[in-house]
Amino acid sequence: MSRVVVPIGPQHPALKEPASFTLYLEGERVAATNVALGYNHRGIEKACEERPYIQDIYLIERVCGICSHSHSTAFIQAVEEIAALEVPRRGAYIRSIIGELERIHSHLLWLGVAGHELGFDTLFMYSWRDREVVMDLLAMITGNRVNYGINTIGGVRRDISKEQSEQILKAVDILEERTKFYIKLATEETTLIGRLAGVGSLSREMAVKFGATGPTARAAGVKRDVRKDDPYAAYSEVSFNVITDDHADVLGRTIVRVMELMESVKIIRQLIKQLPDGPISVRAPRKIPAGEAISRYEAPRGEDLHYVRANGSEKPERVKVRAPTLANLTAITHMIDGGYLADVPIVIAAIDPCFSCTDRMISLREGDRGTETLMDWEGLRNYSLEWYKKNRGIDMNKIHALR
Amino acid sequence: MSEVLVDLLKILVFPGFIFLSLYSLFVEYADRKLYARFQNRVGPPWFQPFADFVKLLGKETIIPHEADVKMFRAIPLFSLAAVCTAFLYIPVWGVKSLFPFNGDAIVVLYLLTIPTLTFFLAGWHSSSLFACLGSVRTLTQLFAYEVPLFMAVLAPTLLAGNTGNWSVSGISAFYGSHPLLLLVNIPAFIVALVAIQGKLERVPFDIPEAETEIVAGAFTEYSGKLLAMFRMSIDIEMVVVASLLAAVFLPFYPAGGPVLGFVIYIVKTLAIVFLLSAVRATMARLRLEQMVAFCWRILTPIAIFQIVLNLILKEVIKI
Repeated sequence: MSRVVVPIGPQHPALKEPASFTLYLEGERVAATNVALGYNHRGIEKACEERPYIQDIYLIERVCGICSHSHSTAFIQAVEEIAALEVPRRGAYIRSIIGELERIHSHLLWLGVAGHELGFDTLFMYSWRDREVVMDLLAMITGNRVNYGINTIGGVRRDISKEQSEQILKAVDILEERTKFYIKLATEETTLIGRLAGVGSLSREMAVKFGATGPTARAAGVKRDVRKDDPYAAYSEVSFNVITDDHADVLGRTIVRVMELMESVKIIRQLIKQLPDGPISVRAPRKIPAGEAISRYEAPRGEDLHYVRANGSEKPERVKVRAPTLANLTAITHMIDGGYLADVPIVIAAIDPCFSCTDRMISLREGDRGTETLMDWEGLRNYSLEWYKKNRGIDMNKIHALR
Repeated sequence: MSEVLVDLLKILVFPGFIFLSLYSLFVEYADRKLYARFQNRVGPPWFQPFADFVKLLGKETIIPHEADVKMFRAIPLFSLAAVCTAFLYIPVWGVKSLFPFNGDAIVVLYLLTIPTLTFFLAGWHSSSLFACLGSVRTLTQLFAYEVPLFMAVLAPTLLAGNTGNWSVSGISAFYGSHPLLLLVNIPAFIVALVAIQGKLERVPFDIPEAETEIVAGAFTEYSGKLLAMFRMSIDIEMVVVASLLAAVFLPFYPAGGPVLGFVIYIVKTLAIVFLLSAVRATMARLRLEQMVAFCWRILTPIAIFQIVLNLILKEVIKI
């Protein structure tokens, strides 16, 4: 039987962002997969190096539209480590509260997307409706629904008042009740389990080998969570469980995510209860002393890693962002191969991919020789001018405005 | 001469083409509204399906270079014609359909297969990857649900025997006078309800047009008037199938004239639409191989059981 080549992407209804998955089908089964990223490169790391730290916070926050707090916290933690700043306890608590609210909103969003990929639009509508509860909370506390802008070097920018604490606790009760419904759904609904069980298998060994993180790894039984392994913010002062599951498939990833919602609820209650008094931030210097630091953060999609090198000026010398999707992406061909075409969308969705957060510069390798071509700005410009002249017959140099 | 004119009016205006088109738009609205309410959404206003239809009519019709132009244009018409014809043999306000004849139940079922085949041909003649994948899935699915559907709809005729004459009107008349026997056919009714989800390509059997997998399936390359025609024929198919199930499984016709009969017809079809929407709202889409296995391993045995049961009741117990 001859192979049929199906392109999923760069534009496809199953994908929320451009990415290209070329599937080689044998019947309805996938024989091989080719993944190509690079449609969303935004040069965000370079842009960070050209701006002062305080502007970088807002830039870094826009790495991801969903786990924005994760990225800004990871970046700020690295800067604080270099500058040897001690974040006041109340500030650390507020950071953790926002972080957990963000996890709830991200997991509910994922649940909806997963439902949509399976043609279960009712689940999509339900979970996104419930997500509004937590979005409203975030808007109340920070003033924004998505990019909260609450972090600053040395602490947070807004305090949580007593009334706000009460409202958070009230909303969290609603969320807990709804989460129980989703747990019931994920463990009992027949068609849902039929579509999720045994799909996109990633064994414990392979998860470790591919370096998967977050719910993808935890669903394979890998007990890895930065909040527990390397506690930051206020996580060392609360008790919670690291949820793992041994299904090692998409069903496992779903169960881990819905169970984590319960843990987040638990953490938020403890944080609000123990919220210490005191200042929420310390004053940070404009110029950060020379040094370097790596910071880890447990984002909803997995471990987020930021590296910052400072050179004593008010701008960082190097910023490196390793989004959790990059760690999980390597395992995706392994999970897709041998499965059905019908399962490809949900397998891709199950790592909760965020391709825009992941895209970095790509260097060109020439075949097997291993020689790399790196282009600087001028080289890239000349290449594009040549390309248009050769392939489209347009000489861009002649267009006055581009000169 | 005037008889021919009246017949033409019946075919074209009421209860034929024009009534059917308008009612199908209303049924689409009912379906969408119910689906939305099940999902805790507001849902569309009552004229939305009509507005969508008019808007599609005004859109540019794009035909791919590689497609077979004549077939590409003709296929939606075939689909529409087949479902409209099927409706002529299904009773609306009374026991009798417009032009009943012995054995029209089988003709109706075959006419209802034609739209599915046109979907396949539409995808095939589009010569596009996703359309071809969709049409292959359409055909695979056809072989899965068609057998239990035929058996489930025809099982009641066995019990009706010679009174039924294998025609929809005959079956309606028989069960209208023996309403208790309807209880016997409940398994067949359930099988038929599930199987027509496959015929109408709705969740959990919307595999041929699973948008997150193969974009729009067989209709990927269709646009403008041609797509509008397809959408219309799918809507009409839903009405025809709901009317068929209502006529075969729920033939209640209290004396009270055609107006009351017509109202009851509307109530019955909407009740079936309600059930179809509820199924659609509470399930995830199955995989193709799960769907085929489900139809052959669960639906078909139930349908066979129904046939055996009806034969025993008819021939051994002689009801």
